[in-house]
Amino acid sequence: MEDIEHIEKGMKLIKSDGRRLDGRRFDELRPIRVEAGVLRRADGSAYIEWGGNKVLAAVYGPREAHPRHLQDPARALVQCRYNMAPFSVSDRKRPGPDRRSVEISKVISEAFASVVFVEQFPRTSVDIFIEVLQADAGTRCAGLTAASVALADAGVPMRDLVTSCASGKIDGVVCLDLNKDEDNFGDADCPMAIVPRTGDVVLLQMDGHLTYDEFQKAMGLSIDATKRIYELQRDALRRRYSVTLEDILKEPPPAAPAPVESDEPPMPPEEDFGPEGI
Amino acid sequence: MQSSGALRPIVIPGEAVGGPGLKPGPGTYSEGGRVFAAQLGIRDEHEGLVSVIPLNGRYIPQRGDAVIGEVVDQGPSHWLVDIHSPYPAPLHATESPWRVEFGDTARYLKVGDVIMCHVLSVDEIKRVQLTMQEREARRLNGGMVIEISPTKVPRVIGKQGSMVSLIMDLTGCRIYVGQNGRIWLDGDDRSAAVAAMAIRLIDERAQAVGLTEAVRERIEREQPRGRGPRPS
Repeated sequence: MEDIEHIEKGMKLIKSDGRRLDGRRFDELRPIRVEAGVLRRADGSAYIEWGGNKVLAAVYGPREAHPRHLQDPARALVQCRYNMAPFSVSDRKRPGPDRRSVEISKVISEAFASVVFVEQFPRTSVDIFIEVLQADAGTRCAGLTAASVALADAGVPMRDLVTSCASGKIDGVVCLDLNKDEDNFGDADCPMAIVPRTGDVVLLQMDGHLTYDEFQKAMGLSIDATKRIYELQRDALRRRYSVTLEDILKEPPPAAPAPVESDEPPMPPEEDFGPEGI
Repeated sequence: MQSSGALRPIVIPGEAVGGPGLKPGPGTYSEGGRVFAAQLGIRDEHEGLVSVIPLNGRYIPQRGDAVIGEVVDQGPSHWLVDIHSPYPAPLHATESPWRVEFGDTARYLKVGDVIMCHVLSVDEIKRVQLTMQEREARRLNGGMVIEISPTKVPRVIGKQGSMVSLIMDLTGCRIYVGQNGRIWLDGDDRSAAVAAMAIRLIDERAQAVGLTEAVRERIEREQPRGRGPRPS
């Protein structure tokens, strides 16, 4: 982490025209791109670019839970590992779980445990791996959003996708989706995750202070944003699984006996950046 | 979705797949009188029952399923068989087709052997038992085993076995399809490779319409000319 204690306080985060340092308005998201099925060995996977965040998510299972004593005869475990790569932040992050990543893993696995049909798979575990390759504030929201696409990609039965977004306060103004500078020098950050179909809140955290009214406003901003992100998630899954007969006949895999392992999912064109771009 | 006719629209978990009056089938759940998809897959409606045919997922054993398993451990009166599911599956010596003396299991099946067997029972906490007391159950010698996603098994088999018999007719291979997504095939090297390629094609493109024709075309393209299918 940068040593932020010595940096001059009172840095202007909102310019005189009401825009933020990166040119966004208070209710604007950073550009988001989601891709499903990017890893071949995992049962399900997804990759997300959310502003400066780059996050990979992989899902395995339901599979036999190990160690055995953790198995629950009535339901599946949902286990999550959130991990930041040493090179994901500007100062090298010491590898391995720390207080912060253990906490994030816990809250994310609990968020997913409430949407996955855990009763259908007694004695098993669904394992979610979230690897942050590049961090720029809001990695838990990006990771959770990607992991939920990966879960659907793995074919795990669930009530709905989970969508996540953060809001916060900078220079006294409630804003959506803070970036790194805004998070470091702002007043508060409040990530949340909802189940879009029902509006259930499955993750809610806050760092800093918000008044009741500010909190209400932040919540409103996040909920509006999750609707847009939800569409991006669904779009990623649709793209992954839309294959026509013409595609089959057009691009034949290498002739036998070589294994048919060549064709990767087609890279999406530019337009796959979310509706809100800079 | 797009207008292309050769595309089956997919549903995503949480998507509404049916209103009141429809019953929720596999891959769906109902809430407040409406039916929603629980899995990523293709919507299917049949006599008032809505279901979602998943595109991905693990094999969950069901009673009576024919499966292809690999022996991974042996005890004095049972073998432990990996059937590619989250649950360990024991095969008791009394369920084998042989008279096995206590402690003599290794004479009949060794670790690493591949068997064709059936699921005898599954209880509410998914304890699985296997049996080999069916006609087609056997130890599989030679050939090769390929693994596909268990959710694609119905596509590999086809309507009344149409797809698998097409592959068998065109390549002359012997094929067993396990419900757990393991497929055993035996034939000469060239035709086994073509059959494996065809099965992988089905696995990858299972949601496409008109797959049988695509598979037929691909096999005929790969098959060397002048070597017709082997008489069975």
